[in-house]
Amino acid sequence: MAADVLKRVPVSEQDPKVRAKNFDEVCLGYTEDEAVEEASRCLNCKNPRCVGGCPVSINIPAFIQEVKNRNFEKAYEIISESSSLPAVCGRVCPQETQCEGQCIRGIKGEPVAIGKLERFTADWAREHNIRPSSNKEKNGHKVAVIGAGPSGLTCAGDLAKDGYDVTIFEALHEAGGVLVYGIPEFRLPKEKVVKKEVENVENLGVKIEKNVVIGKTLTIDDLFEKEGFEAVFIGSGAGLPRFMGIPGEQANGVFSANEYLTRNNLMKAFKDEDTPIQRGKKVVVVGGGNVAMDAARTALRLGAEVHIVYRRSMEELPARKEEVHHAEEEGVIFNLLENPVEILTDENDWVTGIRLINMELGEPDQSGRRRPVEIKGSEHDIECDTVIMALGTSPNPLISSTTKGLDVNKKGCIIAEEDTGATSRPGVYAGGDAVTGAATVILAMGAGKEAAKGIEEYFAKKYGK
Amino acid sequence: MYEIVKKELLADKIFEMVVKAPRVAGSCLPGQFVIVRTDEESERIPLTICDYDRNEGTITIVVQMIGASTEKMEELNEGDSFHDFVGPLGNPSDLCVEENLEETKKKKIVFIAGGLGTAPVYCQVKWLHEHDVPVTVIMGSRTKDLLFYVDKMNAVSDNHVTTDDGTYGFHGMGTDCLKSLVNEGREFDHCVAIGPMIMMKFVCLLTKELGIHTVVSMNPVMVDGTGMCGACRLIVDGKVKFACVDGPEFDGHLVDFDLAMKRMKQYKTEEGRKKLEFEEGETHHGGCGLCGGDK
Repeated sequence: MAADVLKRVPVSEQDPKVRAKNFDEVCLGYTEDEAVEEASRCLNCKNPRCVGGCPVSINIPAFIQEVKNRNFEKAYEIISESSSLPAVCGRVCPQETQCEGQCIRGIKGEPVAIGKLERFTADWAREHNIRPSSNKEKNGHKVAVIGAGPSGLTCAGDLAKDGYDVTIFEALHEAGGVLVYGIPEFRLPKEKVVKKEVENVENLGVKIEKNVVIGKTLTIDDLFEKEGFEAVFIGSGAGLPRFMGIPGEQANGVFSANEYLTRNNLMKAFKDEDTPIQRGKKVVVVGGGNVAMDAARTALRLGAEVHIVYRRSMEELPARKEEVHHAEEEGVIFNLLENPVEILTDENDWVTGIRLINMELGEPDQSGRRRPVEIKGSEHDIECDTVIMALGTSPNPLISSTTKGLDVNKKGCIIAEEDTGATSRPGVYAGGDAVTGAATVILAMGAGKEAAKGIEEYFAKKYGK
Repeated sequence: MYEIVKKELLADKIFEMVVKAPRVAGSCLPGQFVIVRTDEESERIPLTICDYDRNEGTITIVVQMIGASTEKMEELNEGDSFHDFVGPLGNPSDLCVEENLEETKKKKIVFIAGGLGTAPVYCQVKWLHEHDVPVTVIMGSRTKDLLFYVDKMNAVSDNHVTTDDGTYGFHGMGTDCLKSLVNEGREFDHCVAIGPMIMMKFVCLLTKELGIHTVVSMNPVMVDGTGMCGACRLIVDGKVKFACVDGPEFDGHLVDFDLAMKRMKQYKTEEGRKKLEFEEGETHHGGCGLCGGDK
């Protein structure tokens, strides 16, 4: 096969028409031969820019060389040194703006498919029952991690590898955080991938206690004073959903994306388990991030005609390119440069439609993106029975309101040093969405990793090592 | 797993369960709630804490079997366990916090409990009784057969029992009883109303007229209960509030009850469908008008 070296090896996917009706994974991943062929496109740069683009600094060229040489187990070991959740990251990271965005191959052609190779390696390891392990002796120091999401699992995994006695406290009945309640099955299989990666973290000696809400069941003071922990990492995630404050927003049929996705993903409404979900006929999703794409593609699979309403243009859509592309392929309709002004309801307060206004892009705002401005008199209605608001979240107050000496910023996010995760309270570290507000899985993992290092330094200082 | 150490039928379809949950029992206060799941496919059901025993490490809940999920719960017996039991969630009642005790003792308090609301009211009244705060209680139900905790409530308060049909105690609603107490010259400056939304709404209309500050405990639809999903949002004083982290207790004169009641209907048809499926089991092939099994 004389492949064009400028192009990446295509990855097989479920047909859009078929997958728009099921919750099975969209992307099927590389076969061994495809992975080896794609790996051979890597130039193995002396100064690999991709590594700098990775928030957890995976030694990317090294693992790709091992894939190229069919040493898949060795490739997995290299990734595992830096990442506790490679099968997750290979699926959900925005590679185009991170590792792959830096790839030299990308200048003339397509960058190496680093994400797909990471996914292949992690899947291969799982299928061959290869798990990360730690030989470090236990050092007897107890660390509590709050939240079993991406930042918590990463922080816990890194500390356990270095001999710490780590317990994760999870508020929900399932470990994984946004990986189980937020990201849908068709993008990230729960049983096959998330559960296994959580088990890998447990395999390192990490204990996970579910159904414990820190700030309620136990406070951070309890963790230090009653439970004998010496350090705490807060990775409690994002908070309450935001709404627009427009008329009709409290009507029946208006949901936050968090509620809609939690019902479907965590509570498995799509499998017809006990938790109900509104299976709309025509659904409007408001917002342009990954969460909006997830909500839209979920509604589609539950049988609806789906519109995404976003106030800027395609260029500014903050979602991963792959998600936008998949959503379009599956038949999601994009109403761009439009913004809701009112949700229309019937006499019983059920949603009957949404009133939109056209927008145009003006001068760039503080974020550097061109600011959308309403075009007067351009209001128009579209019929729908369900509206899903995917507008981001504001911080959860449960921990900050019950922990003395823990500083938060004006928005209510916990203040933590970027390179150590240290908060205003000694021994307490934080990272992920609880600090940054809603961001990505990999950024949360990066923060968990930095905090693990910060916590180890804290112990080193404390015990004068 | 969270073991059921005691189960008792209190009234028609109303059960009391005492559940082993030491961490919850160690930190809860009256006014807070828990979320339970019967098995790994169950919904997360929020239930207000009705009593707790810190030494035994147990929480008492009272459940009325009204839908598929609560009926599944009914099948559990002493010795069985809940799959999940998380809490305490929400904020404690302002009355039942040690730091506020001086203030609380100055208040002339009346509780109005409707139906299942009797159980969480008992939790607060018992706490106040143990802290030497005398209170008046009006506990009501539709009819005598649905009454429970009468003796328990008599033991800790000046208790007035009402039934809508007059089969026991005062003949009428809780609001009628409050009116008659006020007409007798009794004075109250703080009211706590817990029960069905419609009952809390009418209590608030009356107490507003009477100038009695009123606190209600809201029980909207919830999913996670920890401040993540936003399903439990309410409008209070014109602002969006979340019952799970901002409540569950709110100033009743500021709550938009009509909206809250409309929002409660959101999943009614779905629940109805689930109930039908549950009752008919394998034999369900439609008739609910939703599943299409009969088309």
